Amino acid sequence: MRHYEVTFIVDPVLSGDEIKSTAKTYTDMLRNENYNIVHVDEMGLRQLAYPINKRSSGVYYSVEFSGETGSVINKLELALRRDERIMRFLSIKLDKYGVKYNEDKRNGLIGKVEKKSDKKKSDRKNERKPAPKPTPKPAPVATKEEE
Amino acid sequence: MASRDDIKFLSNPNIGSRRKKYCRFKKFGIKHIDYKDADFLLQFVNEQGKLLPRRITGNSLKYQKRVAIAVKRARHLALMPYVADLLK
Repeated sequence: MRHYEVTFIVDPVLSGDEIKSTAKTYTDMLRNENYNIVHVDEMGLRQLAYPINKRSSGVYYSVEFSGETGSVINKLELALRRDERIMRFLSIKLDKYGVKYNEDKRNGLIGKVEKKSDKKKSDRKNERKPAPKPTPKPAPVATKEEE
Repeated sequence: MASRDDIKFLSNPNIGSRRKKYCRFKKFGIKHIDYKDADFLLQFVNEQGKLLPRRITGNSLKYQKRVAIAVKRARHLALMPYVADLLK
């Protein structure tokens, strides 16, 4: 069983229905090829970090799917490339950690984990600024308590 | 008058000591780096959007490579800029 993930940016100029139907064509295409669609993540309209085709925003879709072979990828990429409604796409193969990550993310576990580590990091930064003097020993103890 | 024994160091010896760097992926058990999570990846680039070296981030080689791949994917999808000014 191989897991893949294809993320693409749909032109925001299209109407809402057109955008949805664009995404649907690709999920249908995968279903017709006997691929199991694990999840379709509609990331929605986002600001692009740099303009693509003179557009400054785009509608992001991320489709996770699995199947026995990867033969559909070429076909899918060709279709995405030919489609004028698609501004950009990226298809990747997920390893077992990626599959688990996406699953956890859907269950709302990941955001917390990373925020926690982020928080710790910021705590450490704060610690570092006012008190560089104390020996490193007390700091790890404090962080352990946080955990 | 302070005798010679009282003065052990002319300067504070703790000033130069740095906290040991560590790989946060190993430490927190993060196995997969998501290219769609641009906010997280921003920690690994400088203000111009360039990747920070390992000697600054403290990442292990394995995860630094994966961070680099994730950042490059995010750039391709316009989630992160290729070139920027005052990113942070």
